[in-house]
Amino acid sequence: MIRFENTTITYDGATAPALRALDLTIPEGELCLVVGASGTGKSTLLNAVNGLVPHFTGGTATGRVTVAGRDTRTHRPRELADVVGTVGQDPASHFVTDTVEDELAYGMESLGVPPETMRRRVEETLDLLGLAELRDRPIATLSGGQRQRVAIGSVLTVGPQVLVLDEPTSALDPGAAEEVLAVLQRLVHDLGTTVLMAEHRLERVVQYADRVVLLPGPGAEPVTGEPAEMMALSPVHPPVVALGRLAGWSPLPLSVRDARRRAAGLRDRLAGRAPAPVLARVPAAGLAHGSACGPARVPVAGPLVRCAGLRVRHGRTEVLHGVDLTVAAGETVALMGRNGAGKSTLLSALVGLHPPAGGGVEVAGAVPHRTRPAELLRHAGLVPQEPRDLLYADTVAAECAAADHDAGAEPGSCARLLAELLPGVDPACHPRDLSEGQRLTLVLALVLTARPPVLLLDEPTRGLDYAAKARLVALLRGLAAQGHAIVLATHDVELAADLAHRVVILAEGEVVADGPAAEVVLSSPAFAPQVAKVLAPAPWLTVAQVRDALEAAS
Amino acid sequence: MTAPRGSASPASGGGPVRRTAERLRAPRADRSNAVHAGAWWIWALGLATAASRTSDPLLLALVAAVAGYVVAARRTDAPWARSYGAFLRLGVFVLGVRVVFAVLLGSPIPGTHVLVTLPRVPLPGWAQGVRVGGPVTAEGVVFALRDGMKLAVLLVCVGAANALANPARLLKSLPGALYEAGVAVVVAMTFAPHLVADVARLRAARRLRGRPDRGVRALLQVGLPVLEGALERSVALAAAMDARGYGRTARVPAGVRRATAALTLGGLLGVCAGTYGLMSSTGAGYGLPVLLAGLAAAVAGLRLGGRRTVRTRYRPDRWGVRAWLVAGSGVAVAALLIAASSYAPAALDPPAYPLTAPTLPLWPALSLLPALVPAFAAPRPDTPAARGNGDRAVPPTRKRPRPNARPSAPTTRADDAPDAPTALPGDDPDATARAAGDPPTARPSDGPNTPAARGDGDPAARAGDGPGGERRGAGPEPGGRRPHPSRPAATEPPVS
Repeated sequence: MIRFENTTITYDGATAPALRALDLTIPEGELCLVVGASGTGKSTLLNAVNGLVPHFTGGTATGRVTVAGRDTRTHRPRELADVVGTVGQDPASHFVTDTVEDELAYGMESLGVPPETMRRRVEETLDLLGLAELRDRPIATLSGGQRQRVAIGSVLTVGPQVLVLDEPTSALDPGAAEEVLAVLQRLVHDLGTTVLMAEHRLERVVQYADRVVLLPGPGAEPVTGEPAEMMALSPVHPPVVALGRLAGWSPLPLSVRDARRRAAGLRDRLAGRAPAPVLARVPAAGLAHGSACGPARVPVAGPLVRCAGLRVRHGRTEVLHGVDLTVAAGETVALMGRNGAGKSTLLSALVGLHPPAGGGVEVAGAVPHRTRPAELLRHAGLVPQEPRDLLYADTVAAECAAADHDAGAEPGSCARLLAELLPGVDPACHPRDLSEGQRLTLVLALVLTARPPVLLLDEPTRGLDYAAKARLVALLRGLAAQGHAIVLATHDVELAADLAHRVVILAEGEVVADGPAAEVVLSSPAFAPQVAKVLAPAPWLTVAQVRDALEAAS
Repeated sequence: MTAPRGSASPASGGGPVRRTAERLRAPRADRSNAVHAGAWWIWALGLATAASRTSDPLLLALVAAVAGYVVAARRTDAPWARSYGAFLRLGVFVLGVRVVFAVLLGSPIPGTHVLVTLPRVPLPGWAQGVRVGGPVTAEGVVFALRDGMKLAVLLVCVGAANALANPARLLKSLPGALYEAGVAVVVAMTFAPHLVADVARLRAARRLRGRPDRGVRALLQVGLPVLEGALERSVALAAAMDARGYGRTARVPAGVRRATAALTLGGLLGVCAGTYGLMSSTGAGYGLPVLLAGLAAAVAGLRLGGRRTVRTRYRPDRWGVRAWLVAGSGVAVAALLIAASSYAPAALDPPAYPLTAPTLPLWPALSLLPALVPAFAAPRPDTPAARGNGDRAVPPTRKRPRPNARPSAPTTRADDAPDAPTALPGDDPDATARAAGDPPTARPSDGPNTPAARGDGDPAARAGDGPGGERRGAGPEPGGRRPHPSRPAATEPPVS
């Protein structure tokens, strides 16, 4: 169905090719997963299938790519529209019209499908993707998972033989991600659609793949093969694979189910051992103030974050109904819950972006919405979902200087902080040219320049590969150990298990669970990390815990 | 959603009159009975024409009230419907500007009631005829108010059309040759809300950097990032549209293409020449024929150009009886007011000097009332309550009891309830109990294709997630292999 023949793609002005000497044949009805760290050319590969590379992006492609027998050299993207359906990373930038039904019909209108056929296909697609309830809704009012399904539906109505998806579940909560994956499963199993997809959250998708294309990194040639073989080689892999490698299982398990079937021996070896706590106990407040990124001393006794009966409204809709939350110094709290549960709103309320409609909120002794921004900076810092929003200058150095000025810190303190968090970044570099992980760290450094004792992060792992995530985890653990109170909103159960002392689950703007991380995530199948599912009922959360226990045993 | 309802009579009793009234009541709006967007625009333009014929403040207020009533009765909760408030504010702003200018620059209306005398700014000789400052008369202010009100009411009428008709649907009615231009306009319109959201987000982000988020400077400094974001988004959208087949053209013989170009160009030239002829003093004789010929050629060019596009239309709005009523009421009001301006010119346009209290002329006022017809004739919009899940991103049907706010580890261990992946701990004790006793086939550890199986396994756990309920009817077998509609493309040859 899709054939790459010795394809090399080089963008204009780039020194090295983005994709090198790819030979790949994907037969009809396969689900093929593209795996690799950030910047290894996953999106380039996907866009070469629909012809956007090189027709739209420019650059030079050598070799040949054919889709359903059509050569992308001679067919422009619009001439491939009836065989390839593409959904990009951000479904919002995919929508042309404003209601669900029109969006589903748009592609067919462009192709000139007869009206009766259009009507029938729209109805079929509404049923297939479970969108019938939403048909008249304006797209702007949909949730993330619903938008993703509308985006998939909008390319599916045309009846493409190939579906290309770039990170379809990265921005979704676990429930919504499963909805989307269930839809993809049906397409592959029942309609014989060929699906080519890239995804960072391998733990969600790798068990569904029939084939994995591994892009090992710049300069190295791509490798293709069975998922289990590829996972043995891949530098990026989900926790269940890490556990399998640790235990020496072969072939490697890809799903929790595979791993559980092989885990009896491992469970025996671990029997009688209690997992070491993932994190050290919450340190007493104000232990260490030595490092440049340690928090400033604040004359606050007791918890640093205090919400009591906090209610927040957007227009007439009440988003938070009486939320109680306290966070002590040195404590890391993970906020979880489905998209739209009020996690981001709670974080924004803690930095005064939303004045409360009722109840009280206090952050390191300040009432956020009554404090001047310049002053609040010293109490709490928020890294928003889109860290890029905080960047204005055109070099990293200028950005650091501006942060020093904003925070009233002595010149050079932000640059020192950045050197500590992210060694080896070129100060003359444009912030846009950094990778997602580097940009996140830069913003973290900017926020920490004012040395706020409270640090808030909104979806910090979106778009990060496993290596960048591991660096972030180490960084945040260090900050917590220095006495920062950290609150992070996340869908990433592995991150929460790795990092959080406490997990708070929000639903419909209310706190429905609040307790020690291990207890909350183990009691909930939706939020349990893979290792916990494999080794249940024993309370192991992370691969590192298991590794330590095994090393201690031997 | 598509089931006919609303028009069904809930009152089975009652006399024949009541039954007839029930039958005539407007049905609930959905896509198949929506009033044509063009009808709403004709109605609004009719009302605007009526407003432009009068300067009587009471009549103008009546026009605004009529438009406002229809909007309140018949607008939906869609994003474009919210623009009405913005147009109202714009109207008030225009009114204010008009009055301020009249006060500062003086008014051509003679007046005797001097309210206040502003200091006059001496102007150089070349600015003769312009006056800044000086006496402000009540007559001048009243005249400016009435004039500004006329403009404001025109804006309100346009706003009403905007709120009642989906602008995208109006553009869908354009001829095929103009389709691509229409899409460009639609995209531009959907971009505006994105820009506003971007500005709000970036201003919030400034606050996170410790800079003030209010004031003109803050707005200016987010300008560049907002533009960058808009550019990036438009590039992404262009890529998506290209990949979805935007701009595909049918193969048209070269002769037809040339004819199209010649007709369109020649037609436009003819229109220009004809208009010039009509305007100038010498060419009145040939002006009209040339203009008409040019128009005909241009129209033919557009029709011929439509052949190049392969596009079809999905569920175009139908022009039915209710559309005739809506459009007709607007036309009627315009016609009645134009007639009124001949039989009662003084009442419609009372002189500003001398000052008099405004009166409401009876017949012109009555002739505005037909514009209320759409408030009864157009289909009633669906209210959020009636629709079940409102306009919020998360359907508000999820108020569940939560007897134990803290998770109880022994009852919901991960291996006990693997088939309720989205059940929050302790939010549904039934789900937990059922999960624990579920047949083993529905457990994810037994089937690799878990999502569908999980969704099926415990519908109650997903009841709140609207669309999740779609999967409820499925059988318990893992893998999600269950009957479903055949492949959408199965019976159609691919379009190329």
